[in-house]
Amino acid sequence: MVLSETPVRLGWRLATVAETRRESASAATLVFDIPNWPGHRAGQHVDVRLTAEDGYSATRSYSISSPPEEPRVAITVETLPDGEVSPYLAEDVLVGDQIEVRGPIGGYFVWEAAMGGPLLLIGGGSGIAPLMAMLRHHRAAGSDVPVRLVYSVRTPDDALFTGELDELAASNSAVEVIRTYTRSAPSGWTGHTRRIDEGLLREVAFEADLKPLVYVCGPTALVETIAGLLVEQGHDPARVRTERFGPTGTP
Amino acid sequence: MSGIISRGFRGRRRSAETEGRLPPGQYLTTDFPVLSAGPTPRTPLDQWDFHIVGEVEGEQRWSWDEFQTLPRETFTVDIHCVTRWSKLDTTWTGVSLDTLLEAVEYDADYITAFCDGGYTTNLPLEEVTGGRAWVVDTFEGQPLAPEHGGPARLLVPHLYFWKSAKWVRGIELTDSNIPGFWESLGYHNHGDPWLEERYWDD
Repeated sequence: MVLSETPVRLGWRLATVAETRRESASAATLVFDIPNWPGHRAGQHVDVRLTAEDGYSATRSYSISSPPEEPRVAITVETLPDGEVSPYLAEDVLVGDQIEVRGPIGGYFVWEAAMGGPLLLIGGGSGIAPLMAMLRHHRAAGSDVPVRLVYSVRTPDDALFTGELDELAASNSAVEVIRTYTRSAPSGWTGHTRRIDEGLLREVAFEADLKPLVYVCGPTALVETIAGLLVEQGHDPARVRTERFGPTGTP
Repeated sequence: MSGIISRGFRGRRRSAETEGRLPPGQYLTTDFPVLSAGPTPRTPLDQWDFHIVGEVEGEQRWSWDEFQTLPRETFTVDIHCVTRWSKLDTTWTGVSLDTLLEAVEYDADYITAFCDGGYTTNLPLEEVTGGRAWVVDTFEGQPLAPEHGGPARLLVPHLYFWKSAKWVRGIELTDSNIPGFWESLGYHNHGDPWLEERYWDD
C-alpha cells in the first residue's frame, strides 16, 4: 500500500454555481465554475464552506461526481435529515451563488483509466456520486476496461443518474449497470429486490480470479458488509477500496 | 479568503456545553462513525502480536496473552476526526506507549505505527510519550469492535483520529519523519486539530 501523489495547493477557492440539477426528491447536483481549478481524479472530494452573516461557518466534504475531463466541477449532495449544510446545498442554492470550496482531497479512493481493471463499482444510495465520476471518466477517456456498477437503492425515486446510467450501459458493451431495489421496485421489474448479500454479491461481482479493482461507497453498514464478503470470496483486500457516506461525511 | 457570505445560510451555533472542547471546524457527534480505506482485517487473537522494531536495542514482541499482562490504564478523552466530527468523553482501556517503550533501549525521534491491512501513520516520539498515547483494546468497557480497530488500535487523542491507527500491530522507531498512508495522500504530516492541521499545506 505504498502510494503518493504530487500535492496541489489546497487553499480555499471561490466557486460560482453555474448550474443546479435535481437528481431525486432529496438529492441535487451543483455544477461549479472554479477559476484556476488544479484538476482532480475521479473519486476525490472537496470541502465546501458556508458562512452566515455573523461570520459563523460550517464545512463539509462532498464527492465530486464530474469527470476530470470536464472543465466544471460538480458535486452531488443528498439532504440529510437534520443536516446543517446539505439542505442548504441541495435545496437553497441558486445559479450565480458564490461558495467557497477547497480541494481536491483524498488520494486513495480514486480510479484512473491507466489503473486498468476490470473495474467493479458498488454503491449504496448517494454513495454513487464518486463512482459516477469514475464511470464518466471511463467514457471520457475512451477506456475499454470492463466496468460493472452494482447500485443498491431503496426505491426508484431514490435512484440517481438513472437515465445517464442506462445510456452508458446501452452505448458501450464494456459497461454493465446492475440495480437492486431494497424496498420497492419499478412496476414490471424482474431484477434484484434485496440488499446486497453473499449470494447476490457472488452473482453480480467479477470473480476474484479476474482480480478486479473494487470501489465500494455508501452507508457504513453496506460498506462493512460488502467489503467483508468480498474478502471472504477471495478478493485481495489491497484491491478493495472503501469510502463511507452518511451523516458524518467522508472520507 | 474568508467570510464570503452564503445568502440565507444560518447554520447551527455551538452550545455552551461544547464551547472550548470542539476544535475549530469540528462538529459534535454522538454516534461513532467508521472510516477506513479498505476492508476490515480480522486477525485471530492467537495470531496477533505487537512489535517494537527499528532503531532499538533488542526488538520486542508481545503475544496477545503477554500483552494482557502489561499494566493497563483506563482513561476518558475527546476524539477529533479530520472529516470534522468530534466525540466527547470516550472511555478506553489499554497500555501506555510509555510502558511499552520501557521494554527497549532506543535512540529515535519518530515512530511509524504499522497495522494489519498495510496502513501506516507517523508520529514524533515526543507526541506519543509522557502519557499521551496508548495501545487500546477496550472501548466503553467492551472489547474493541473490529470496525473500530479491534482487537487493538493506537490511541493518540490530541491529534486527528487518523493518527490513532486501527488494527495496530507494532511501531517502528525511526530517525526521520517518514510520511505514512494518509500523510502521503495529501493529509497533514502532524495533524493537530486545535491548529486545524488537516491537509498538507495547512
